[in-house]
Amino acid sequence: MSSEWKFTAKEIAERTDLFMSGHRACAGCAPATVHRLVLKAIRGPTIATNSTGCMEVTSTIYPFTAWKIPWIHTAFETAAANASGIETALKVLKRKDRIEHEHVDVIAFGGDGGTFDIGIQALSGAVERGHDFLYVLYDNEAYMNTGIQRSGGTPLGAWTTTSPAGRRIPGKPQLKKPIADIMVAHEMPYVATASPAFWTDLLRKVRRGLEVDGPAFLHVIAPCPRGWRSDPSKSIAISRLAVETCTFPLWEATDGEYSLSAPSKVMALRPERKKTVTEYLKMQGRFRHLFKPEFEHVIGRIQETVNKRWHKLLGKCNIS
Amino acid sequence: MNPKKKKGWKEIPMAGVCWVPSTSYLTGDWKTYRPVWDSEKCTRCVLCHLFCPDGAITWKAQTNEMIFNYDYCKGCGICEAECPVDAISMKLEGEP
Ligand SMILES: Cc1ncc(C[n+]2csc(CCOP(=O)(O)OP(=O)(O)O)c2C)c(N)n1
Ligand code: SF4
Ligand code: SF4
Ligand code: SF4
Ligand SMILES: [Mg+2]
Repeated sequence: MSSEWKFTAKEIAERTDLFMSGHRACAGCAPATVHRLVLKAIRGPTIATNSTGCMEVTSTIYPFTAWKIPWIHTAFETAAANASGIETALKVLKRKDRIEHEHVDVIAFGGDGGTFDIGIQALSGAVERGHDFLYVLYDNEAYMNTGIQRSGGTPLGAWTTTSPAGRRIPGKPQLKKPIADIMVAHEMPYVATASPAFWTDLLRKVRRGLEVDGPAFLHVIAPCPRGWRSDPSKSIAISRLAVETCTFPLWEATDGEYSLSAPSKVMALRPERKKTVTEYLKMQGRFRHLFKPEFEHVIGRIQETVNKRWHKLLGKCNIS
Repeated sequence: MNPKKKKGWKEIPMAGVCWVPSTSYLTGDWKTYRPVWDSEKCTRCVLCHLFCPDGAITWKAQTNEMIFNYDYCKGCGICEAECPVDAISMKLEGEP
């Protein structure tokens, strides 16, 4: 169950932005919106850390920082390792009576490259050791900061500079790794998915992730207009379509028990509301080649994969 | 502290700590289009504030107004696209 925390939109608007203006993310960057929203949901003193990537680079161009809370960066693969260290240090300081705060929350932010790929061992280890922290994966589905290379989070058929679309190859030939399910398999207390378009759901899940004892993992879809070759004004709309097409369903798993979240429940109860993947794909230039006759079959494969994963999820949520 | 004045290596904070708030770096000149707000149409749902990647829109409780900070707005147009009642329209910079 997500948090019981109740709030109105205006109460959230009145909370100070802890991820501040003046950062250098591109216009229309949804990962920036995600960072702002996540920090709007914190409940007290909090320390954050980022893996190397767009949000780390654009938020801390020396000597400037967009972080109004304590923040640290070390390397690409180390977001979860940093969080482990911070949490352990806080425990020791508390024991030695050297900090006054009753409790300090720890949030690690990682991109898809920093989470699905290079940071997975640090993350897996931190979760296995049971550190009390929230890991937020902002998923823009490629290594954007270094110029749009494919990652384990890049979806089937997407163009990137290392999964090019040419005459023979229709973008990335492999599927997106089901990272959130992999985290559930760690038997950790809380795993959830979120989209900035459904911001109340996102905020409650962040709060829940902080409330649980032990590690929590939040996988947030975060459109990147630069790498997705999409209209910057459509970043939130695309993150909404990701849910409405069931490409990125919203759910949470508390102690391994899956349940669908409200925005996706709509699609389960009234399947006629579920949109086709074509609507989602056609808003993004990275899938443009799929609309050529020779590659149209890939769209069919994408739809099949979405359907298969969706039905598997419904099964886990005990909805048939 | 003046961010423009370069520090020598003896003065910079340890571990490369960034010490200047990003708010002293203005990104407003990135934009081509600027959002123009229609107070009459606006219902104060504050969605534009929530979705703006740059925190360039705030809700002022005392006057119940949406304040657009053009010093930071990059002109992405998310606020216009997401406003449920079309109370925001993007206008080319330099045009009235
Ligand atoms: C060990 C190591 N390898 C490679 C890099 C170069 N590098 C910096 S950021 C980045 C990509 C980050 O991708 P992702 O985690 O998806 O974040 P995004 O930039 O997309 O937000 C890479 C490859 C690095 N900093 N460290
Ligand atoms: S490349 Fe993408 S993720 Fe990176 S700052 Fe630009 S829009 Fe944001
Ligand atoms: S145009 Fe983009 S940056 Fe400017 S206020 Fe609207 S959402 Fe924010
Ligand atoms: S989204 Fe539109 S209606 Fe809502 S507060 Fe902004 S301008 Fe007003
Ligand atoms: Mg990425």
